[in-house]
Amino acid sequence: MRLRGSALVMTLYLLFLLVPIYWLVNMSFKTNTEITSTFTLFPNSFTLRNYVVILTDPSWYMGYVNSIIYVTMNVVISLTVALPAAYAFSRYTFMGDKHLFFWLLTNRMAPPAVFALPFFQLYSSVGLFDTHIAVALAHCLFNVPLAVWILEGFMRGVPKEIDETAYIDGYSFPRFFIKIFMPLIASGIGVAAFFCFMFSWVELLLSRTLTSVNAKPIAATMTRTVSASGMDWGVLAAAGVLTIVPGALVIWFVRNYIAKGFALGRV
Amino acid sequence: MALELQAVSRIVKGQMQISPTTLTLEKGTMNVLLGPTLSGKTSLMRLMAGLDVPSAGRLKWDGADVTGVRVQDRKVAMVYQQFINYPAMSVYDNIASPLRLLGKDKAEIDRAVRATAEMLKITAMLDRKPLELSGGQQQRCALARALVKEAGLVLLDEPLANLDYKLREELRAEIPRIFEESGAIFVYATTEPEEALLLGGNTATLWEGRVTQFGPTPTVYRQPADATTARVFSDPPMNFVSCFKEGHRMNFGGLANSPADGAFAALPDGRYTAGFRANHLHLNTHSGQTVEFRCLLGVTEITGSETFLHLTHGNDRWVGLVHGVHDLQPGTEVSVWLDPAHVYIFDAEGRLAAPAAYAAAA
Repeated sequence: MRLRGSALVMTLYLLFLLVPIYWLVNMSFKTNTEITSTFTLFPNSFTLRNYVVILTDPSWYMGYVNSIIYVTMNVVISLTVALPAAYAFSRYTFMGDKHLFFWLLTNRMAPPAVFALPFFQLYSSVGLFDTHIAVALAHCLFNVPLAVWILEGFMRGVPKEIDETAYIDGYSFPRFFIKIFMPLIASGIGVAAFFCFMFSWVELLLSRTLTSVNAKPIAATMTRTVSASGMDWGVLAAAGVLTIVPGALVIWFVRNYIAKGFALGRV
Repeated sequence: MALELQAVSRIVKGQMQISPTTLTLEKGTMNVLLGPTLSGKTSLMRLMAGLDVPSAGRLKWDGADVTGVRVQDRKVAMVYQQFINYPAMSVYDNIASPLRLLGKDKAEIDRAVRATAEMLKITAMLDRKPLELSGGQQQRCALARALVKEAGLVLLDEPLANLDYKLREELRAEIPRIFEESGAIFVYATTEPEEALLLGGNTATLWEGRVTQFGPTPTVYRQPADATTARVFSDPPMNFVSCFKEGHRMNFGGLANSPADGAFAALPDGRYTAGFRANHLHLNTHSGQTVEFRCLLGVTEITGSETFLHLTHGNDRWVGLVHGVHDLQPGTEVSVWLDPAHVYIFDAEGRLAAPAAYAAAA
């Protein structure tokens, strides 16, 4: 009986979780008439038109391309900056190191909206407005501190004696870092990359403020849905489904490390 | 090839971590650094390796000054107490990595790796990752990596401390053989006097960052230069009792007397401290040449065929190690006997005034 009770709870839990996602998928295969006129659990007139619209219209699919470009740039920049920073925090003591480390986290206490105006003004004046790098750099403000925190936790778990043994063996610092050290914290790098990806992928406000046409992200495209012919529900739903896909893929790859990442590597 | 430390010292945050130390480690010698935890064994070793730079003094290798030389450019190897290997590489790659960095060719590396693995009996594990091995095998891998590059100076920092008893005995028995084959200068840090005696060679005893004595291991053991060395180099620590000499009489702890003959005869009259090792206390007397102490018995620990007695004599706390299993009641008064031939006499500054007669004879 206990088993059936827990199975029931689990089923209900999954049902509630999946209903919105199912509804999105359901809608994406319906025509606009069916969506607006009737209530159906399955698409009555199954159509792929919505997906065809997105994958053929540049104003739609370029949104994905733009998003992917600046997210990738952001992940690369964040990790490149955060790896040496985290190494310094984990290995050396210097004046104000603890305060600086905590200060990194305080950057995340302000909502992105606070930075929308200064960033807009700043990037416009230096000619970076509506470029991928502008969004990537803006997201670094939030992602670099997070990546430093995650990586520092993982690096602290590696004994300092490994560094020294490598130096004694004759490794130079860069060689040691790439050949010995990075493989040891590979899961940490993966988790940090995931968190950077996740923030950058879902963040809407800054990416919309800093772009207009050339670097417009998919999330911003989705907010512009009312066209001359009214609301295109089906296309919007299909766009939503396609937006979930990259996140789901990344989660699939790092699923084994996520819990460790939330603990910031501290066991 | 010799490593010379010339008045090397290290100060960390205003604290003297290593007092000025002058040592010469000769080519092909086994040198034991013996001292309790925090006595500076690891700090001294890090200075020798070049991982830390001395605050003052010079380090010379083969006559050349290497004080500020990067650790990568020194010909040293080091094994830590923790089993330090590169977890992402196989055992083979671990051992090969120092050679690859030296730019040796493939065949030569392969030959050296296999020979070293053979010597340390880990040939069967070459394809595995270090973390899949037992503790003893991990440490063998670390030893192999240290030995394969044929460094002139091999530093072993309590390499056996984290191993269980059996593996420890096994590996300890092999270390002198490995040392013989390598021909390098070995420096071996340990907290255990027994280990120093088993390894032989030279011993430097450390106490609070200071080398108290350096010399051939048996000499340091039998003729400690001062009370500190004697305390460090005996396990359980040496027992001490105040004593004085008056004419032809030695008095120990106020009550026990013995004639001041042998080495004691030459001592001027005055106050001294007498030291003796735990195993020289006996629960019965064999000859007339013994001194009797009345002590309060604290705890007894029976370890198979031997019994440790924790004794209180006046204000001094002693440990006695006697053969056989003795059923004694804690809290009672017991008599223990000591042969004056086993007594070291230290002067007021703690320097050795007269060595024990048995040690002087040996």
